[in-house]
Amino acid sequence: MNVLEINNVTKRFGNLVAVREVSLNVAKGEMCAIIGPNGAGKTTFFNLISGFFPPTSGSITFDGRDITKLSTHERVTLGMARTFQITEIFPELTVFENVRIAAEVAGGFRLRPWINRSEAAAVHARVEATLKLVSLEAKADRLVGELAHGDQRAAEIAMALALKPHLLLLDEPTAGMGDQETFQITQLIRRLHRDSNYTIVLIEHDMRVVFHLADRICVLDQGRMLAQGTPQEIAANEAVQAAYLGNAA
Amino acid sequence: MSAEQTRKLIVLAAIWITLLLAPYWMVPLGGYTALATRVLVLGLAAMSLNFLLGFTGVLSFGHAAYFGLGAYGAGLTLKYLAPSTPLALIAGMLLGGLCGAVLGTLIVRRRGVYFAMVTIAFGQVFYYIAFQWSSLTGGDDGLRGFSRQPLDFGLFKIDILSSADNFYFFVLLCFALAVGAMGFILRSPFGRTMIAIRENERRSRFLGIPVERHIWIAFTLSCFFMGFAGALYALVNNFADPRGLHYSQSGDFVMMAVMGGMRSFWGPLLGAAVFVVLQDYLSSITVNWMSFVGLLFVLVVLFFPRGLLGFIQRSKA
Repeated sequence: MNVLEINNVTKRFGNLVAVREVSLNVAKGEMCAIIGPNGAGKTTFFNLISGFFPPTSGSITFDGRDITKLSTHERVTLGMARTFQITEIFPELTVFENVRIAAEVAGGFRLRPWINRSEAAAVHARVEATLKLVSLEAKADRLVGELAHGDQRAAEIAMALALKPHLLLLDEPTAGMGDQETFQITQLIRRLHRDSNYTIVLIEHDMRVVFHLADRICVLDQGRMLAQGTPQEIAANEAVQAAYLGNAA
Repeated sequence: MSAEQTRKLIVLAAIWITLLLAPYWMVPLGGYTALATRVLVLGLAAMSLNFLLGFTGVLSFGHAAYFGLGAYGAGLTLKYLAPSTPLALIAGMLLGGLCGAVLGTLIVRRRGVYFAMVTIAFGQVFYYIAFQWSSLTGGDDGLRGFSRQPLDFGLFKIDILSSADNFYFFVLLCFALAVGAMGFILRSPFGRTMIAIRENERRSRFLGIPVERHIWIAFTLSCFFMGFAGALYALVNNFADPRGLHYSQSGDFVMMAVMGGMRSFWGPLLGAAVFVVLQDYLSSITVNWMSFVGLLFVLVVLFFPRGLLGFIQRSKA
């Protein structure tokens, strides 16, 4: 069953066509990587999926439901969570508080002027389990703004995970990282996929990461879907080599 | 209990003891009880504004409108409807809060400077209504001809009109209820979403928080508290002034909040205390008292950007 179905989606900004008739299906439990040169429309494509703005044409289905016209927070409520190329966190709150807000919203408490003991305990347990998953449990009481870049990334992923998403969208999770941090985040994403069976779509520049992680790779170029396939197929694809890998080499 | 929690409890106890004993220590220091009452009421208004400014991160420059509406609501109730102090307070709070709820639906779609501008514009609308509708509001002269009524408990009555101390304790009780409610909300899951919106609106949205709806709720709650403070202010003066709705009054509230420390819960009360006491003292010496208050404000913003209380907290830590 497909978690996400994108049918012929186009996004225009004035005369610029940022995304042109792109279709993509993501199956449950799949890890799909989107690659492409700068300006290929990857982030625009992500923004369309997560509801940052509506597509000019085309439709998006999530868990069998048409979400083309839904707002961001409605999509999140249905089970879609994302992280950003530039980390979006609550820098002046602790790691625990960051993740607790996500857990409380996911628990349906966001409008509640009180929370009882057992509910608070359930939220607490959820936050601790999530922090453990991303190996941040020792830093729970630190301010997120004071953490190293890699840990901030992990905290952002933890917030997304606390929402109990059916689909995780990661926008360049290793952007701006050194080798050590890249390795850690890659291992984390791999664990989320292999062990916890999350369905993940990620944008990534680092080819080592992409070929290491992805079940399937989609190549965007100038707003179009140039090719899709397994890492082996993409590596062997001549059009991709010409448009993208060839340039990089 | 951790050392941090113990310290917080001690600070909290100190604040309430200071407030409870104010009529006894202010007079020997050269103050008077009515001054302490004004500090409480304007402090409550500044804290209500800061509920929005400091904890949701949106700046309203027209909050005096809801303060003034509360004052007129209380005054008109006492003058025309019923000689009951509690009823006047409720009426004032409802008038401020409900007007805030209605206008809030339009205001929350804007952010930053535009949010501030729209709040000023709506605030001025109420100012001109109060100013022009003389037959109801007394126009430029303000609303007169009412006074706070004794608290009637059936078996006995408490005189809050002629006894300044009784009135102070009554206002302190009202203040405690309102501030308690604010603190309770801020410690709730909803309160944490307010702080989330302040910290990072985009992240909040992508956590599934409908940001506009939450800002609207915070705005509306803030207007209810503001209306309540305004109603108390009408009782303090036995008078409602159209200038209480003017945007310059809104500016005073913003000054109190920023001067005291808008990231701290109690900061605006300290800001209001400094503002009111300086005003009381300086205005007996010079008509240009505002330039001195303004100078202090500039110094605080330049040297203690987290406000007076923020500075005190930081230097202790």
